[in-house]
Amino acid sequence: MTNAVPALGQREFTRWFWRQLTSMRTALFLLLLLAITAVPGSLYPQRSVDPRNVEAYFIEHPKSAPVLDKLGFFSVYTSPWFSAVYLLLLVSLVGCILPRSFVYLRALRARPPKAPKNFSRLPASASFETEASVDDVLKAGRRTLGRARVDTVTEGDVGELRAEKGFLREAGNLVFHISVVVVLLGVAFGTLFGYRGTAIVAEGQGFSNTLAQYDDFGSGSLFNTDKLPPFSMTLDKFTARFQLTGPQRGAPRAFEATGRYTPTPSSAERPFDITVNHPLKINGTSVYLVGQGYAPVIKVTDAQGHVAFDDAVPFLPTDPSYTSTGVVKVPDAKPEQLGFQGFFLPTAVAGKDGVAISAFPAAANPHLGLFVWHGDLGLDTGLSQSVYVLDKAKMKQYMGSDGKGFPVSLNEGQTQKLPGGGTIQYVKTLQFVRFQFSSSPLVKVPLFGVAAGVLGLILSLSIKPRRTWIRARREGSRTVVEVAVLDRVPRDDLPADLDDFLQRFRESLGETQETTQ
Amino acid sequence: MTLAQYEQISNYAVASATVILGLAFIAYVAQWGFARNVAPDHALVEAGGSTSKPAGPAEEADRSDVAGGIGLSLTGLAWLVLLAGVIARGLSAQRVPWGNMYEFGCAGILVVLSAYLVLVRVWGIDWVGPIITGFGMVVLGLSALVWVPPGPLVPALHSYWLVIHVLGAMIAGSAFLVGAAASILFLLKSRAERITPVDEQVGFLWRIPPSAVIDKVAYRVHAFAFPIWTFAALIAGPIWAQYAWGKYWGWDPKEVWAFITWVVYACYLHARATAGWKGRNAAIIALIGFGCFLFNFIGVNLFIPGLHSYAK
Repeated sequence: MTNAVPALGQREFTRWFWRQLTSMRTALFLLLLLAITAVPGSLYPQRSVDPRNVEAYFIEHPKSAPVLDKLGFFSVYTSPWFSAVYLLLLVSLVGCILPRSFVYLRALRARPPKAPKNFSRLPASASFETEASVDDVLKAGRRTLGRARVDTVTEGDVGELRAEKGFLREAGNLVFHISVVVVLLGVAFGTLFGYRGTAIVAEGQGFSNTLAQYDDFGSGSLFNTDKLPPFSMTLDKFTARFQLTGPQRGAPRAFEATGRYTPTPSSAERPFDITVNHPLKINGTSVYLVGQGYAPVIKVTDAQGHVAFDDAVPFLPTDPSYTSTGVVKVPDAKPEQLGFQGFFLPTAVAGKDGVAISAFPAAANPHLGLFVWHGDLGLDTGLSQSVYVLDKAKMKQYMGSDGKGFPVSLNEGQTQKLPGGGTIQYVKTLQFVRFQFSSSPLVKVPLFGVAAGVLGLILSLSIKPRRTWIRARREGSRTVVEVAVLDRVPRDDLPADLDDFLQRFRESLGETQETTQ
Repeated sequence: MTLAQYEQISNYAVASATVILGLAFIAYVAQWGFARNVAPDHALVEAGGSTSKPAGPAEEADRSDVAGGIGLSLTGLAWLVLLAGVIARGLSAQRVPWGNMYEFGCAGILVVLSAYLVLVRVWGIDWVGPIITGFGMVVLGLSALVWVPPGPLVPALHSYWLVIHVLGAMIAGSAFLVGAAASILFLLKSRAERITPVDEQVGFLWRIPPSAVIDKVAYRVHAFAFPIWTFAALIAGPIWAQYAWGKYWGWDPKEVWAFITWVVYACYLHARATAGWKGRNAAIIALIGFGCFLFNFIGVNLFIPGLHSYAK
């Protein structure tokens, strides 16, 4: 638009735009668009769901991945285009709810409309004659109608009854649409003020709720990470049960983590028992059991005879039999730092080509296989390092006499000498648990929002708004009664409903005569 | 009886139900086929004792009615046998019989047949019979491809929400199927009503209710299904997810497609109230909605990894 266009044009354009945006047609279009824009999020890996899958996609599709990334295909539900669609929908929704609410409020106060002149033009009507007076007819009609808004008007020999019911339909409709807005606001609030993180805790180890103890952590932009609730917990024991026989052998059957926790530093210690589907609640934070694996306790003695390392090391499972991979970093080893990288098998058996594989997820025959590096672990560079990755840039691998890497191969309790002096011992097997800690405040708002929405939906889809008119005219010693019904949402059961109404109406009058429709 | 015996009974029953449903489908197709030369009011004329009409179509109309009756009886039988199969499956697995894709297919078709038989009694909708039985036969047959032995469930499924969430999805899905079948017939019938001259109105399509009635049936079934779907997918699902995974909505592929299905059916309800979208376009949207539901059941289970992968 140029400056030459007068202000009125702007205003008209705005009004036109607003009317377009809040029209049913646009709402329909936006709904369909929302459905379509949600699709890519299920076809491409999403950062918010599993960042590792996104990295894998980048490696598999080096050419297309950066382009798709720019277009937001790996974070669809926070992308500008998805946000644009649902924000427009939200505006359209509010623009629809507000005027309809005012109309509804007016309709609530309004009286039922006058009867049309010609009843036979309405979808369902009938008439009959009775000896009862006009007054009695209208009273009987009032009784038969039950819960409805009713006006009666009498002028001379003619009386008219106007009734309207089914106001809850539009109320339900409005409640449903308002609840959609409430749900979205509740979700937004929970996300902005919430946090979620995971931490690996081995049996016998503790966790205290500070940022440093998390393996990964994310929070809403309005959450203050200094205000993490100050609880702590200790994992005493983890129990895993697996199917022992049959075709589902090895499938997980039950996981249970038990231990102690203190909700605040000053409070007493309490026991906990967390299973899948039964999280622990501590001061608004829920603690979930989301993963598990093995953490063999490894003891490394360096060439100078000092114990340089003695701790449980989590090995991350990579398959349903818990074939796990892990890394041991020994920065205190002298004269050189040591690094180990390898695998853990809970039930080791010889595979086809002599390579050991894990046959079962429980620790029936645990086995540790590692390669050894020596040199500088690179921990002093100041850059943070993953505990599950060995930085080999400044390290050299110890080689065996066959020219292959020197293998450390240990069963539980065994000790092996290292090529550069010193020993490594696989002391015992512990299990670890991956806990998820999450808090999303006011989580009940979206829940009650949806629940109210469903109730509103049921009302708006099931209630029949209906207008009923009864006209009674005294003709000599008899009264001619006309009845007409109009549904604001056309239904095919109207004539049957009218028959039923007439029967009750005439019973109320004490009549059983024929009716002409 | 031992668990293994229950398993065997279940397998035989589900296989038998598939075959019976196939026969019901053939009977329903025959019902349509026999009536291809029959005018809509023929049965009425016959009932009135008129003998002026040629004998051919009258016999054909009778034959069509008999075939329809056989189709309905066989559907009832298939329901009974499948009910036995699903119950035996539950007994052999010692839990609710809808813990994986195979079981969801069997139990889902059981709910579909229940809904169909009830609605035949209430609204006389036996004209969707060929679509319902054909679909049921195909789903039961395909379920055999993802058969797994009955057994206990992974820990994430140890929850009473499994009963509520999945049962809700099955009931809503069954109603969506009936709605989709009605929408297909609505499209066929309304097109035929537009283009067929009165004297060429022969065939089974003219023995089923007019398109306006079919449209109403479709709407009512969808209006019943939509709140249940909302409950199953957007209330029960998130509550369970909050307990099991620590977040009520994680854009898991199953959740995404449940959401898409919900949005498309919301479109359908809006379309029915919008001028220019009523009728044909609304029916097409309802079919797209059912397509999304099916994709969520089959495509997402088999081809897209996610947290719901144990549905396999």
